[in-house]
Amino acid sequence: MNIKLRVWRQEKPNAKGRFVVYDFPDADPNMSFLEMMDALNNRLVLQGEEPVAFDHDCREGICGACSAVIGGKPHGPGKRITTCQAYVRAFREGDVITVEPFRARAFPVLKDLVVDRSALDRIVQAGGFVSVSTGSAPEANAIPVAKEVSDKAFDAAACIGCGACVATCKNASATLFVAAKISHLGWLPQGQAERSRRALNMVEQMGKEGFGSCSNTLACEAVCPKGISATNIARMNRDFAFALVSRAGQ
Amino acid sequence: MKLDAKTPLGPLPQKWGRHCAGIRLVNPANRRKYEVLVVGTGLAGASAAASLAEMGYGVKAFCYQDSARRAHSIAAQGGINAAKNYPNDGDSVWRLFHDTLKGGDFRAREANVYRLAQLSNAIIDQSVAQGVPFAREYGGGLANRSFGGAQVSRTFYARGQTGQQLLLGAYQALARQVGLGAAKLFTRTEMLDLVVVDGRARGVVVRDMVTGEITAHTGDAVVLATGGYGNVYDLSTNARGCNASAIWRAHRKGAFFANPCYTQIHPTCIPVSGEGQSKLTLMSESLRNDGRVWVPKRVEDCGKSPATIPEDDRDYFLERKYPSYGNLAPRDISSRAAKEVCDQGRGVGPGGRGVYLDFADAIERLGHKEVEGRYGNLFDIYHEITSEDAYLAPMRIYPAVHYTMGGLWVDYNLMSNLPGLFVAGEANFSDHGANRLGASALMQGLADGYFILPLTVGDYIAGLTSPRLGIDHAECKKSVDEAVHRVRGWIEAKGKRTVASFHRELGKKMWEYCGMARERGGLKKLAGEIPVLHEEFRKNTCLTGHANGINAMLEQAMRVDDFFELAQLICADALDRDESCGGHFRVEHQTPDGEAKRDDARFAHVSAWEHRAGGAPVLHKEPLVYEETVMSGRNYK
Ligand SMILES: Cc1cc2nc3c(=O)[nH]c(=O)nc-3n(C[C@H](O)[C@H](O)[C@H](O)COP(=O)(O)OP(=O)(O)OC[C@H]3O[C@@H](n4cnc5c(N)ncnc54)[C@H](O)[C@@H]3O)c2cc1C
Ligand code: FES
Repeated sequence: MNIKLRVWRQEKPNAKGRFVVYDFPDADPNMSFLEMMDALNNRLVLQGEEPVAFDHDCREGICGACSAVIGGKPHGPGKRITTCQAYVRAFREGDVITVEPFRARAFPVLKDLVVDRSALDRIVQAGGFVSVSTGSAPEANAIPVAKEVSDKAFDAAACIGCGACVATCKNASATLFVAAKISHLGWLPQGQAERSRRALNMVEQMGKEGFGSCSNTLACEAVCPKGISATNIARMNRDFAFALVSRAGQ
Repeated sequence: MKLDAKTPLGPLPQKWGRHCAGIRLVNPANRRKYEVLVVGTGLAGASAAASLAEMGYGVKAFCYQDSARRAHSIAAQGGINAAKNYPNDGDSVWRLFHDTLKGGDFRAREANVYRLAQLSNAIIDQSVAQGVPFAREYGGGLANRSFGGAQVSRTFYARGQTGQQLLLGAYQALARQVGLGAAKLFTRTEMLDLVVVDGRARGVVVRDMVTGEITAHTGDAVVLATGGYGNVYDLSTNARGCNASAIWRAHRKGAFFANPCYTQIHPTCIPVSGEGQSKLTLMSESLRNDGRVWVPKRVEDCGKSPATIPEDDRDYFLERKYPSYGNLAPRDISSRAAKEVCDQGRGVGPGGRGVYLDFADAIERLGHKEVEGRYGNLFDIYHEITSEDAYLAPMRIYPAVHYTMGGLWVDYNLMSNLPGLFVAGEANFSDHGANRLGASALMQGLADGYFILPLTVGDYIAGLTSPRLGIDHAECKKSVDEAVHRVRGWIEAKGKRTVASFHRELGKKMWEYCGMARERGGLKKLAGEIPVLHEEFRKNTCLTGHANGINAMLEQAMRVDDFFELAQLICADALDRDESCGGHFRVEHQTPDGEAKRDDARFAHVSAWEHRAGGAPVLHKEPLVYEETVMSGRNYK
């Protein structure tokens, strides 16, 4: 296949970036998108140029490392896949594919397609956990959890923390990410004791990190590679409002 | 030198308890004065870092990814074993212990494996309390399923993402400690060397992968939980960044490397399709419950569409060779059988390296809907990667490197022969012998991190007499200088080939001569070829970019450099172990029906290799002494 890649190149944080077009006159349709990037990088190195920096690791859609806006959409045109699960055959002969980093105020570009997503970690550090130290757990079956409830918790817990929701949101909000964690732990009996604190601390940290607020366009849900539902956002808002009210009452 | 495993005395069920009772403790008020460096934030590293910080120790944790949550443990699918016996099917600590020991072909330490089984239940308790959403029954209790090598249902799972959910539990526990200021996290940070003074591990040298800055961190103890080294074969089911560098550099500084040749090759992976391929995706073992494995009987049929090959012209080779286990024969045996038919020229697909996994019978028997219900997500993954529809034509699968049982040698306390250096998870050699059973790596990583290291690291620290090294100590400076020098050497490499091309070539050779079947002649040839290729790699690699910034090819060059050295040790170990056991199949040693033939008289030992700069590695043997079990035949027929 004949394809052109129009790739964002940026030397370092705060440097001025630009698009550079690379030709792929004989791209193998059965290659994954990132394997095409590998091939490009090998070519660049042999030509004495710097390879394109991009994040990746597992290459099977679960670690959440890979992150690129491909053809205007985080993770590319496919449905419910990550960048590493995109294949060249998903594109058409002659396509010029624009490849950019996940852009957001809270995700500064480090180099080329690599951005700093550590803000998401700091949100979890603020409250995305159950405070149960090693050794203090009761017997696992002591607390029954209805299958339906456990399944719902799992649906929310499936988030891979890639940040596609942030990259697609016009407000660069991390609401879906935060809501998924609040919802995951909020469904389970184990998460009840800290439910209010968790919502309060995580939402406040999201604001501190410079993420925008949610205006319910649901663009996040549409690009989420794991299909995390926007209904989690309503649960988060409820928990947060409840927490605010109870704090005000104290 | 005599290797002391420090196995406690007494009957198996009492060893760990007695050991704990005798362990030295550090006063809670004093713990924050000590610092533990934990390299790796996978299941083993994150659980250790979180637990140690909860106890009050100062903890610094390091990982090469941009977040601790992305460690390769995240990719584990199938599940985690525990001896809860919830299904009431006769499981017990003893049975889990014995299955795991037998699964490892009696090449693991008896006492370690017993402890692993003992700790398994507490892992499930801890994870559930953290909010890990394991599968449940309608009654609200936890669900179990069965896995290879066991006749009971003892595997806990969270859909096909058990590793992800367990890791998020450990990651969140660690995040809590980071939020509290008790642990410090260094992401995008790669360990390049271990600092050793007077034979003790005192610190690590790391490179900030964003700025390129190389610095030393010193600690009172160092834990390496840096995962497996399957990527020495280039293509594997591991994440691309998985590497041996941390343990290899520790090995070069004196830590013994145990059983490097024990590699697990998983039978059901999507085959290699092209030169640019970067990874082999695992297809769950569960597919073999309903899929039938076959190849054409005749070489000339291999190019034909499978649908046109009549039943009589198909060879269902697993069913033929292992009538009682059929398509569910154990991993190592199934992998070798697939290789054998492909070696005969009867493989299918590109390059003739694939066998069919056919669901036609299952679809006819159960209906399309039921098959979709059971395996729909796997069929989707297969379609995504190959663009083929497995409902219409059989899947093509082939074995791939999956797990490495070998690793740094550790004693019962998970401490290496270098005092102060602890090794956990896939990075150590401890519990799986020559073959790992499914759903036991997650169990081991978490047993190490949650329950063993927090006690044994404390015991070591309680006995310390010298203060922590200052980072301006001469040895730190020396190690930093060496690392800086090494990086500079690579960045100036202006040869004609890419790092990837050398890695691919090394991987192919390893796969060919030290993969599923190993034989003296091939291993000798390999032993001769690796140093030559390594030499060329060092002279003829081309790199661009800078040392003081993000440079993935530079990182990869240094990892591949270490893989080259490790490959030579793997080869030496495979040559030395002149028997077949588990995943190590020496063609010379097989039973008349082609099964692995152990030689307990000569090889019932752990092979621990000592690095000698400029010379051949020296082998130390730790005899495997079984007190309560006997090394029996490993017959699954
Ligand atoms: C596809 C797949 C499926 C699997 N499924 C199962 C299963 O169902 N059940 C089961 O029991 N096992 C399974 N396994 C095996 C199991 O997942 C692994 O053995 C286990 O998760 C390893 O955990 P770990 O903590 O030792 O290492 P890892 O999770 O690999 O973590 C390694 C850590 O070390 C860090 N690191 C590595 N090198 C360096 C360095 N040089 N400097 C700094 N940091 C470094 C990494 O950043 C990472 O944080 C599977 C494996 C694969 C590949
Ligand atoms: S590389 Fe892990 S999700 Fe894409």
